[in-house]
Amino acid sequence: MSVFDIYIQQIVNGLILGSFYALIALGYSMVYGIIKMLNFAHGDIYMFGAFGSWAVFYFFANRAGAEWACLLFGVLAAMCLCAALGFLIQRVAYRPLFDAPRLSLMIVAIGVSLVLENAIMMVTNGDSVYLNLGINMTAGFRIGHVSVKWIQLVLFLIAVVVMVGLTLLINYTKWGQAMRAVSEDMNTCRLMGINANKVIALTFIIGSVLAAIAGTMNGVYYGSLKYDMGYMMGIKAFTAAVIGGIGSIPGAMLGGILLGVLEALGTQICGSAWKDVFAFGLLILMLVFKPNGIFGLSETERM
Amino acid sequence: MKQSTSLRAFLGKRSTQWTGILVVLIFAVTLPLYANIYVIGVAWNALFYMLLALGCNVIVGYAGLCDLGYSSKVAIGAYTTAILMKTFGWNFWATLPVSILASAIIACLVGMPTLRLRGDYLAIVTLGFSEIIRLVARNLNVTGSASGISGIKSPVIFGVKFSTPWMQYFIFLILVIIFIFVSLRLKRSRFGRALEYMREDEDAARAMGVNVPRFKLLAFVIGSVMGGLAGSFYAVKMGSFSPSYVTFTESAYILLIVVLGGMGKTPGMLLGATLFIVLQEIFRNVGNSRMLIFGILLVLIMIFRPQGIWPDKRPSFLPSRRERKQLSERTETHGTG
Repeated sequence: MSVFDIYIQQIVNGLILGSFYALIALGYSMVYGIIKMLNFAHGDIYMFGAFGSWAVFYFFANRAGAEWACLLFGVLAAMCLCAALGFLIQRVAYRPLFDAPRLSLMIVAIGVSLVLENAIMMVTNGDSVYLNLGINMTAGFRIGHVSVKWIQLVLFLIAVVVMVGLTLLINYTKWGQAMRAVSEDMNTCRLMGINANKVIALTFIIGSVLAAIAGTMNGVYYGSLKYDMGYMMGIKAFTAAVIGGIGSIPGAMLGGILLGVLEALGTQICGSAWKDVFAFGLLILMLVFKPNGIFGLSETERM
Repeated sequence: MKQSTSLRAFLGKRSTQWTGILVVLIFAVTLPLYANIYVIGVAWNALFYMLLALGCNVIVGYAGLCDLGYSSKVAIGAYTTAILMKTFGWNFWATLPVSILASAIIACLVGMPTLRLRGDYLAIVTLGFSEIIRLVARNLNVTGSASGISGIKSPVIFGVKFSTPWMQYFIFLILVIIFIFVSLRLKRSRFGRALEYMREDEDAARAMGVNVPRFKLLAFVIGSVMGGLAGSFYAVKMGSFSPSYVTFTESAYILLIVVLGGMGKTPGMLLGATLFIVLQEIFRNVGNSRMLIFGILLVLIMIFRPQGIWPDKRPSFLPSRRERKQLSERTETHGTG
């Protein structure tokens, strides 16, 4: 195996990590695009999704039934749970502050994040829980010297399908059109008869559903879940959203994949102890040299 | 907030205020005479959080910059002192200038490129940077990797060892008084007024000739240096320091105190820190759910009293921003998303 092959292998591993980042980054980016708010609790919604699908999976798995069917139930239940959670959070905690300065909204989001994280910590006593699907995780095929696991391929394809679906939803449906319009100019939309509050709620719901999918995928891939898994994932996903250009949907997808790949390469070069330093260093460099990201439009502030 | 005007007038009087300050000061100074070790320990903890809140207040309250990594600034000071004392055998007092310098330099390095970013980007940068500090401290040998530095010798002050509880209490009390003095002077200086102007309306401030990036950087550096100093004293008080201190939770606590107390208001910081520590002691038995309760509290405070318990009276920050926003929204269109 040459050095070149090792790097290709890392890129393959990075793609799967990147697809998780991309799914979560979409939630950040969409919410930011619409109400210019940094939803700190998004990483914890992802964590909630992972735990939700885990709980439902075991509820059914203990009563017999095929694993894949249980997991399907699990992911659907997690999507519903997170959709409800996302809606509830924006309704109860965020909506009273939509007109307040962004700082207060962000602090509320930190509060919500603390609540979600510690609720799960209390339930699980701070221990990791394990998700065992009973399938062969290491099975795969090789292209040259590079090995690709089936599970990686399947999860990556699911992520791609979800992202394509989202793109279609945003670009070709009435609701998608409304979302794009509200992110452009909320007040004009209100004048045009668009119910902006409904659109905001929908954005939170879609973002949370994507986070639930990512959470389940992450649980299946790594096999263990912990209450603080959302924190690091949340910051990384935000980094991905910034790299791609926050508010931009293709930007979040590309940024996520890019960050995953770069992080995998960075791990190869600097060692795993420094991989997070690498990711955050990248974030700071990105913000310094290209704060609008790859797809971001430069925002001219008018007075 | 419906408060009877007579009460407000009474509270607003100079004499009432001075009496209040005197009572609090006498109480604080005489506390070790009748309090037991436990109470002194709790009081010390409150004093420590007051230091952090006062430092963070310069960044968050005065300059209106959102800092989510304040615990990393404490760590910079603590590590500087710990390394110099432990590895190089320096005297504690000699490490303080170095600690100030290190905090200032690092704050400049972080602040210069990032302070021109919008508010929420800055929040993420400070958060990311504090993660970098934690990970670097974990991975380097000079910082004692994951277990940190322990066995930092306690200095002797006026012939009394710093490890005596009441000595620690008094040193931190003096520090708090110094920090309060600095905060109040800063606020009333030309610099403080410029910060307030900038916080309320950055464009107008810029148009009036306020050098916005320079003042932001200066506020960031001053706040960081205050955190670093608090960290230096914390390191010798505890005798050890490890990367596990530098967490988002710790930074969130500090921000919570600043917001709870009332951004920009010095007595608000003291009240916020006291309340925070007292609540923490009350909820100590609740164990795991402590952070859950804090989270709920934070959300409720922000929804029902976003200006904090003891808000700043002068051109009050929050409503004016809201009014300004409403005004501006009538005339301008938002940027593209």
